[in-house]
Amino acid sequence: MKISYKATTQILIALIVISIICILINNLTVNLIKTGLGFSFGWLFRPASFALAEHPLPYSPSDSYAWALFIGWLNSLKVIFYSLLLATLIGTCVGLFRVGKNVLLRLVSAGYIAIIRQTPLLLQLMFWYFVAILGIKGTIASPIGSVLSISNQGINLLGIKLSAEFTSLLLGLSVFTSAYIAEVVRGGINSVDKGQWESFRSLGLKDSTGLYKIIIPQALPAILPGLTSQYLNLAKNSTLAIAVGYSDIYAINDTIINQTGRPIEGFIILLLSFLFLNLIISNGMEYLNTAIIRSSNPY
Amino acid sequence: MPPIVKATNLTKSYSKGILALDNVSISVEPGEVLVVMGPSGSGKSTLIRTFNGLETFDSGQLNILGISLDCQNNEERKIRRIRKRVGMVFQQFNLFPHLSILENITLAPIKVQKKKRDDAEQNALILLSQMGIASHAKKYPSQLSGGEQQRVAIARALALKPELLLFDEPTSALDPERVNEVLDAMRRLATQGMSMVVVTHEINFAKEVGDRILFMDSGKVIETSTPDIFFLNAKHERSRKFLNQIKKK
Ligand SMILES: Nc1ncnc2c1ncn2[C@@H]1O[C@H](COP(=O)(O)OP(=O)(O)O)[C@@H](O)[C@H]1O
Ligand SMILES: [Mg+2]
Repeated sequence: MKISYKATTQILIALIVISIICILINNLTVNLIKTGLGFSFGWLFRPASFALAEHPLPYSPSDSYAWALFIGWLNSLKVIFYSLLLATLIGTCVGLFRVGKNVLLRLVSAGYIAIIRQTPLLLQLMFWYFVAILGIKGTIASPIGSVLSISNQGINLLGIKLSAEFTSLLLGLSVFTSAYIAEVVRGGINSVDKGQWESFRSLGLKDSTGLYKIIIPQALPAILPGLTSQYLNLAKNSTLAIAVGYSDIYAINDTIINQTGRPIEGFIILLLSFLFLNLIISNGMEYLNTAIIRSSNPY
Repeated sequence: MPPIVKATNLTKSYSKGILALDNVSISVEPGEVLVVMGPSGSGKSTLIRTFNGLETFDSGQLNILGISLDCQNNEERKIRRIRKRVGMVFQQFNLFPHLSILENITLAPIKVQKKKRDDAEQNALILLSQMGIASHAKKYPSQLSGGEQQRVAIARALALKPELLLFDEPTSALDPERVNEVLDAMRRLATQGMSMVVVTHEINFAKEVGDRILFMDSGKVIETSTPDIFFLNAKHERSRKFLNQIKKK
């Protein structure tokens, strides 16, 4: 019978998976016993005794490892959140230029996408940190004076100081991800029937109005899944923070593992914190997706 | 009164060698119904799409409602001024699927003519009842039959109170039993004196409603005749051949 055959294969697969997990856990405990450390998270509450350049909440070296990790997680969250916004903004503009009528903008955006996608992110981060930010001599002030100024100490935007590390990571992640988002946006817009453009144009609507009212609402269902995976990539790529010396969760965890000699616990914490972060992102996008589908197709 | 459409020696090619429009000259007088016929690929769509700037042309002169169009459509605002006064109905209806029927119709009056929502909706309901589909106002396009969708498309085009209506094979995508409801709506518009350019293969409609038939082949105007002459005694061999072909179907 077909059903029992299916059930047997499923049970078999489940057994194999469980055995593999058991073997791995066994290996882990055996190895931990060998090192004489055992498996414990007690060290989390000992003082970290290292300084952090950036901490959104009060922090001093006498605070616990747990608190240091939490600060790192907040730092990750901060850079991911702002990069996500900036990448979406740049990506949407570039994507729209890519399908727009202006030939020059179309060429420039195609070139932008090609260059960004064909060079490694690590290289781009190095560029932003060592060349674009640290390479600045003196201070570049915007014509409007106190609103924006850039120096090798970072950016000063309306009195808010952004460190050189944060700035280069923000720019690196945003620019890199924006090229992929641009392609997602372009694909979504091209998926909308050409007749829709002709239809709104023949009614005398401007392209900008039609794009906003007619094309983008219909492109969104095609754009959102791609956007979600780009957001998840961005979150994972943020661990490259360590390359520019930004204290994100990965970098701080790295320091802690070196100090405590507890890589397994450290990686478990890292794993869980990223799982949690990406769950927030994918659930947020899922929520947005259903909201949009419901509003665009109420029956 | 000056003509609604005046095209002189319009020429256009999409790719080198093949002329989609070959020296086309035609005018449409106020209140006239011009029916455009011809085999597939003869340039009918291309011609009427130049009338509202959806298509550019390579050379010649085109004047719509007293506004002369530049051949490369470089003057965005001028084209929009024409589009506000010229309605278009497409073969595939092209309704906005994410908007209700009422929103489909009121979008342009609100956004383009800056009308108040209440006024636009009131006018839309009047148009929908003229089209016999007022009960569908709150529905979405996918819930309507093809014939109903096409009547919504006509109402949407009428909402801007156009001085010229362009129809590109408005019944070709419909089930046969749905064709007449759309043709009847167009007939009523013609009786009310609307200037119309209609690309269609519907012989009866062309005979009864058309003031003149424009017959095209390979981008050229083969003949322009009244329906009486065209259908009984076409001047050109090619026209007669074409008529025989569509009569056989
Ligand atoms: N967007 C386009 N790109 C290239 N060729 C086209 C395009 N649209 C139409 N053509 C060509 O132009 C000619 C006229 O087409 P069209 O105006 O659509 O004819 P009709 O509406 O009479 O069927 C045909 O040879 C067609 O293949
Ligand atoms: Mg056609």
